[in-house]
Amino acid sequence: MELISQHAKKIMEGCKERARDAGLSFQDESLEYIVTNRDLLQLSPKMMIPTLYDYWVQDVEVLKEQGRYELYPNNPYETVINTRPPISYYNDNNPDWLNVMIFYHVIGHIDFFQNNIFFRHTWDYDFTGRALSDKRLFAKLRSEKGRWVDYIIEFSRAVDNLVGYFDVLAGMEKTASSGVEAMIDYYFDVFLQKNKKAVTRYVREIELYNKMMHDDPVGAERRFLDSVKSRHPEFESLYDKSRKEKKPREGIDILQFLMHYSPFLNREDNRWMLTVLEVIRSTSLYFQPQIRTKIMNEGWASYWHEKLFLGDDRIGGHEVDYAIVNAKVTSMPRIGLNPYALGMRLFDYLEEKAEKGKISFDYYRIEDKYRRRQYDRKTGRGREFIFSVRENSADSMFINSFIDQDFVDRHRLFVAGKRFNKERMTWQYYVKSRRAEDYRQMVADSLYHPPLVKVSVDDDGTLVLNHVFEGKPLVREYIDATMMGLEFLWGGNVCLYTSEPVPVKTEADQEATVKTERPKQEISWKRFRYTMSGRKLARELIEVHGQRE
Amino acid sequence: MNSLRSLYDSLKKRGLTPDQQRVIEFELRLAEDDCAGPAAHAPIAAPRDWSLCGWNDLALMDDGSPASLIPLSSLNTLDALLERDKQREEDGFPRKIRVGRMMKPGRNGSDKVVVVPSTVEEKLIHDQVKAHEDGEGEGEAEGGTGEGEEGEVIGEQPVRQEQGPGDSGAGQGEGGSHELESNAYDLGRILTEQFKLPNLKDKGKKRSLTRYTYDLTDKNRGFGQILDKKATLRRILQTNIGLGRISGQERVDPLDLMIAPRDRVYRILSREKDYESQAMVFFVRDYSGSMSGKPTELIVSQHVLIYSWLAYQYQNQVKTRFILHDTEAREVVNFHTYANLRVAGGTQVASAYRLVNKLVEGENLEQDYNIYVFHGTDGDDWDTKGEESLPELRKMLRYAARVGITIAENGYGVSGKSEVERYVRKSGLLDERNDLLRLDVMSKDSNEGRVIEGIKHLIS
Repeated sequence: MELISQHAKKIMEGCKERARDAGLSFQDESLEYIVTNRDLLQLSPKMMIPTLYDYWVQDVEVLKEQGRYELYPNNPYETVINTRPPISYYNDNNPDWLNVMIFYHVIGHIDFFQNNIFFRHTWDYDFTGRALSDKRLFAKLRSEKGRWVDYIIEFSRAVDNLVGYFDVLAGMEKTASSGVEAMIDYYFDVFLQKNKKAVTRYVREIELYNKMMHDDPVGAERRFLDSVKSRHPEFESLYDKSRKEKKPREGIDILQFLMHYSPFLNREDNRWMLTVLEVIRSTSLYFQPQIRTKIMNEGWASYWHEKLFLGDDRIGGHEVDYAIVNAKVTSMPRIGLNPYALGMRLFDYLEEKAEKGKISFDYYRIEDKYRRRQYDRKTGRGREFIFSVRENSADSMFINSFIDQDFVDRHRLFVAGKRFNKERMTWQYYVKSRRAEDYRQMVADSLYHPPLVKVSVDDDGTLVLNHVFEGKPLVREYIDATMMGLEFLWGGNVCLYTSEPVPVKTEADQEATVKTERPKQEISWKRFRYTMSGRKLARELIEVHGQRE
Repeated sequence: MNSLRSLYDSLKKRGLTPDQQRVIEFELRLAEDDCAGPAAHAPIAAPRDWSLCGWNDLALMDDGSPASLIPLSSLNTLDALLERDKQREEDGFPRKIRVGRMMKPGRNGSDKVVVVPSTVEEKLIHDQVKAHEDGEGEGEAEGGTGEGEEGEVIGEQPVRQEQGPGDSGAGQGEGGSHELESNAYDLGRILTEQFKLPNLKDKGKKRSLTRYTYDLTDKNRGFGQILDKKATLRRILQTNIGLGRISGQERVDPLDLMIAPRDRVYRILSREKDYESQAMVFFVRDYSGSMSGKPTELIVSQHVLIYSWLAYQYQNQVKTRFILHDTEAREVVNFHTYANLRVAGGTQVASAYRLVNKLVEGENLEQDYNIYVFHGTDGDDWDTKGEESLPELRKMLRYAARVGITIAENGYGVSGKSEVERYVRKSGLLDERNDLLRLDVMSKDSNEGRVIEGIKHLIS
């Protein structure tokens, strides 16, 4: 890996100036490297972070990719990483005009990384530096503990998709929960509801509180508490007692939960494992926003490489070359979902809508189609609007709030279905739906969505995982190994509650089975409990819910 | 089809249990259901597009120049990785590395195979709801853009077809399986060493015929009788790659290459042993209707592994024959056809055994080879008592060095009670000829580990 030439770097700096003038904001420094396919082979299992810790699974990936490369040479990987300074990777034989285009694209990504609030927790440090120190830490641990370090890495990585990413983001907003505020929270959330079950009183108290806040915003909380204490002499001692009680042992961040409560990990000679868990957890947290903003991030970068490239005075004469590459990146495929194309079109669409003032109550009140089309308030605030979208949204919000029927019609989008045609022995693609709701649903379904698993401890010290049912089962083959790792980290039994579809067998089905071999099967969801004890997994049915007849 | 019917009727006259009738009728219907076609019950997953994260900058943003090839050399850590995996077992954790095979189907059956390790990081993640067992029917919805009314078919993609069924019969060109062999040896070595597959104790009674010939076969670096140009060029390239004088991107200018004296490779005269193949392996597979999906997959993957193991044991001096059967048996030329061909017919194991016996007799193979027969089936047999199969099997046991029967249950019948299993067990051959005949029964959801276990049982 080497840095790009001074010549290319100069071009990059020129691109930065123009991008700044257009309103993008990002830090001054950036690093650009030339990479060969071999580098990529080794970087991709490390998520393109050159300093990420070593782990044998990555070696397997490298070997596998190498084998794959023998059969199908190609090179598909990500190019910009969200570090301080941001690092981007290039092929070394790009002509200047192509570099300009890619630089603008990269700058779009950098702007997105550094301004979208879903990346907020990555803003304050440089991940490559942190990764490097983690890598050294692991190397040191390996020299002391040998292969056990790798086991701990393996077991932690098995649940590193279940980190409390949104809790971390929310925690950055919250102030410390202690003192007066915490007491008031306790009064309303626990004391009033649990100790005295009366709704009317609750409402009355809220009204009282609001009135006091209105009259005297500064001292109201304290005065309110005083009145509470005088009316309920037992309040203070109950509050103290609740503070002393161990926090409710439930959470959704399994690694964090283990670090706090696992008796095994908190034994003196096992404490080094905590650092491993923390590294895995923070690494995972770092990558969480990337995967949740793919459409926006690529759309934003594509939007800007197009706008800025065409306005760049340095590369006149290469418009046709550019058009070919650009078309490859940003054309809507006949079948398939190109995040670059979709994101860019949506930003364009939103800019135009905001420019005309169509994102407003007045506009939505109009029911006449013609008047809707003619509606144009010339607000001049289109850019501003998409900048605020790029700052405040993630893919799911972006898709669900902004894809509407107009957008779907304009770009003639549809949901494509696939069905198996027995006569012709082909998969047939057909237009399944052109409704915006269906299209939105289809995109939403393809977004990243890890299962929600609540973790707690029951009375006899078993770690209980409760998979909240969202219409999908877990991948069953993976449960065994994951739970075995958890059992090790917890140092005791682990059980998992999850729902699985069970085919409903009826008499009619039996008949159909013989006829077509593959009947449409009705399924019912049943709740199962997996218990891992002594590295043995047991599965049992516990209850029935949502059975369809 | 009428012949199947009449066969069924004659079987029925001899008396069948309701269970057996059910199984046979099921297969009959498959065979008769014309619109289903031969591959209709094959496990074809819906084609899938790139996932959202499959789209990325480097792949999209280039100027269309072909991916540049680069010199890749092996990191040589596969053995280290496997060593680590063995250690896992000692620490009480299951193994994680699977030695995988990547197969790129080529034209006329010349598949290219590369041996790669693979592993999965298990996590709790969402799965698709599988309404159908083998992913047929309706595929996942995808995005699309352009013209077309709702409901209109806008394109189609052929399901990967089997090779034309017309190319049966032995002796039609060779080739084909060559590429498989080059890696099979590696795979066999890894299997033997890492998975502790036993070595063959006695490689059979047939000694290999060795003659000595003198030929320009040995290679010598530096001096010799004839310059081996290809090998020399290869060494020169290696040297220059090592020196960093060749990189993937630029054209190589031959005038620019450095040549070390030892890069010259010569052929010199030497005495050579002329080996002959010692082992002949018959792979026999049931390809009837009930084999669709998982059973076929398991059998084929087990047979690849067995083949690899034998290739290693016999230092590549192994010949293979591939036989498929439903109610009738046929020989196919190469492994690709063997692995992929499907029909929807009934099942008669005897037909296959009869064909093997006929081939062995007809070509007098018994004299020259150690003969191995590996038979994979789901255990259904219309010949429910083995009245025809067992005599053929007995005959086979007279000459074979090992007969291994694998039953991969298809899940339609009762586990552990398939016809083949029942009559083979009942016949007492398993105890009587324990040195020659082995039977392995696995369920349809067996994993690779189980398959390797099965091999151990079949060959030990």
